[in-house]
Amino acid sequence: MLPFLLNRLAALLLSLLVASVVIFLVLEVVPGDPASFMLGLNATPESAAALRDALGLDGPPLQRYLNWLFGFFRGDLGISYTYKVPVADLVADRIWLSLPLAIYALTLSTLIAFPVGIIAAARRGSAADVSIMGLTQLGVAVPNFWFAMLLVLLFSVTLRWFSAGGFPGWSDPLLALKALTLPAIALALPQASILARVMRSALLDTLTEDYVRSARAKGLTQRQTLWRHALRNALIPVLTIIGLQFSFLLAGAIIIEQVFFLPGLGRLVFQGITQRDLIVVKSVVMILVFAVIVVTFVVDMTYALVDPRLRRHGG
Amino acid sequence: MRTSLVVLALAGALALSTAATPALAQTRTDVKVGLVLEPPSLDPTAEAAAAVDEVVYANVFEGLTRFAPDGSIVPGLAHSWEISEDGLTYTFHLREGVTFHDGTTMDAEDVKFSLERIGAEGSLNAQKALYAAIASVEAVDPLTVRITLSKPDGNLVYNLAWGDAVIVAPESAAANGTNPIGTGPFTFKQRRPGDSIELARNPNYWGTPAALESATFRYIADPTAALAALQAGDVDTFPNFPAPETVGVFESDPRFRVVVGTTQGETILAMNNGKPPLDNIKVREAIAHAIDRQAVIDGAMFGFGVPIGTFWPPTHPDYVDLTSLSKYDPERSKALLAEAGVSNPKLTLHLPPAPYARRGGEIIAEQLRAVGIDVQVINVEWAQWLSPEVFRPAPCPGAVGEGDKPPAYDGSCPASFSYDLTIVSHTEPNDIGIFARDDYYFNYHSDAFKQVIADLAVTADPAKRSELLKAAQTQLANDFVAGFLFELPKVGVENAKLMGMWENAPTQATDLTAVHWAQ
Repeated sequence: MLPFLLNRLAALLLSLLVASVVIFLVLEVVPGDPASFMLGLNATPESAAALRDALGLDGPPLQRYLNWLFGFFRGDLGISYTYKVPVADLVADRIWLSLPLAIYALTLSTLIAFPVGIIAAARRGSAADVSIMGLTQLGVAVPNFWFAMLLVLLFSVTLRWFSAGGFPGWSDPLLALKALTLPAIALALPQASILARVMRSALLDTLTEDYVRSARAKGLTQRQTLWRHALRNALIPVLTIIGLQFSFLLAGAIIIEQVFFLPGLGRLVFQGITQRDLIVVKSVVMILVFAVIVVTFVVDMTYALVDPRLRRHGG
Repeated sequence: MRTSLVVLALAGALALSTAATPALAQTRTDVKVGLVLEPPSLDPTAEAAAAVDEVVYANVFEGLTRFAPDGSIVPGLAHSWEISEDGLTYTFHLREGVTFHDGTTMDAEDVKFSLERIGAEGSLNAQKALYAAIASVEAVDPLTVRITLSKPDGNLVYNLAWGDAVIVAPESAAANGTNPIGTGPFTFKQRRPGDSIELARNPNYWGTPAALESATFRYIADPTAALAALQAGDVDTFPNFPAPETVGVFESDPRFRVVVGTTQGETILAMNNGKPPLDNIKVREAIAHAIDRQAVIDGAMFGFGVPIGTFWPPTHPDYVDLTSLSKYDPERSKALLAEAGVSNPKLTLHLPPAPYARRGGEIIAEQLRAVGIDVQVINVEWAQWLSPEVFRPAPCPGAVGEGDKPPAYDGSCPASFSYDLTIVSHTEPNDIGIFARDDYYFNYHSDAFKQVIADLAVTADPAKRSELLKAAQTQLANDFVAGFLFELPKVGVENAKLMGMWENAPTQATDLTAVHWAQ
């Protein structure tokens, strides 16, 4: 187990270092000067130069890279050029939306996908299977933002059960959960469709394995084999997809955040890019990369739990 | 299984929603305003973004003078003023009993501090140039301020109404970006970055207190989301509705009112007057005649917007209608190009992300191609547009071992621009003077025009000012400095019971002072 763990940890650190260099370099070459952007049309070049100076935008790149990197590890992400508040505070505000939203959506997605996928696999070829396959095909094909708009049209504009968007904060948890419900459904259904299909095919694969035949031969019912043997072995591809989905939901909810005007991390990055608030972009992208790598690491660890062979051979 | 889960989730959500619906029996005292662009900070003296003024102007911060809804200048924190004969000394008399939101008294020393701060070294004020004539500010007594100018400036009283010249207190000025402390009828309550900004009524306001107890500005950038937010009642008004193509939905809905007003935004096809072949006036004239303004307004603005023939708002009393000088005449364009000896010129057209620019740009590119100009459209983001790619002069090569430097204005490295054409709306009021700036991206250097603007600056007599303004407009049109397109409209959608919002936008602001609910 230990070599496996160390191996994975080393990979994690290396990925982070490479990511930090790539992020820094990419943002170095983005055209457009934050100072000019902030001062607008009538500003004199002198004011822009004064602002560049105040923001510390000039100076050798290597020094700026190291300043940023060490600041990052100390938890000092710098001051946002546009909001003039610490980036760490901005991220802290937004993570309280993005993280619960991702968890909410992933929970919905898993709750829907597991039973649906299992039913489809258990009753392969039945009417239930065919209709599930058809519906999930639709779920994969429908873009989530379009689905989101339909949800808004029905539940906000026509029925008026929900707000069309916005987030009231966690001071009232019920209101906050309510505000996240439509976005979470919009995010979850396409993910659930993918996950259900993966669940189904992974189960079907394991159901043809020899050990399943042996289990049946020793007298287990089809249902018992499915629950005791097939399901556990089908979990690896499913966990991989869940890990990928969590990363996607955390970082990639940007369009849904736009449709529901939610102040999440995705929109923070988007605004940061258009307003050339590069310090925000750098740090948030780095945090997201960090989150994705950590999630991958956790998924790797769960493989080891699910599959003892991985523990023994060190991955 | 799947359906029952969804039904379960929805049923739960329904229970939540019925529990949280507020009763709407009495007249409301709050308003939720939808805005598209979120302000970076909340300090109008350190930020160019109009989004700052859209929240704080007249609500949180006030200047010595202010814009009235009709665009005229009325007293603000100064109730009256006198101008000396030579136009060099302005004496402002301040209102009594004005306090800042933190309880401190607003007096002449605060005015002196605020105005001197604009021109101070290292000042980040985006409109610094507007107040360059101020030589000194003196607090004569707590309620009297005397401003001495280095040269007469006929625009001073007007310019002092801008959000960039609001009066702030030395104790709180540095933190105004995150916790704005002004003298206005609303105090800053809280900000949720990315989501909303809340204001509350100032109980100690010196003037008529606001009818509203609270106001929330919500940021919704997506046009479809804006439409849904209005329809779902999440916002009461969108003073600048981002989806003009859908206003029909609101026009036919009695719950809403659509208000089409005017702005100070001259939308132009800017040309690089210093770069061949655009340095040839015949080529610029050819471009002007190639543009069918009405087609641009219909296609890019869904019919909203008033054609202009020069750089001045048609709503202004001194506006001269010069649209006939550059009327749509493709044959004449071709003839002018031939006369100039330019055949099939290749020009780039940089388009910033504003919908008027992207949609209008495609139409104009097609119109220019029709007269034989080979236009290459380049879509850019605002940050790119504001860089040396379009708006900023190219940097000058520094000495060996040093990096590039911004252009110097001592003549050692004059400003040079590389773009050909671009489309942008200049929304600042009274900004015709930008054509007299040598460092500006029009690259237009006319001594005659500079003289008119210089004369204007030192003229206070209204009749003479009007004459000079007309002369300035006429010269810009005659020199075909730019393709003048249309005045940007202000298309607002509001709850039909909401009263007192500005119909026009003499400056970019959401003045809530007089806003109230009917019934």
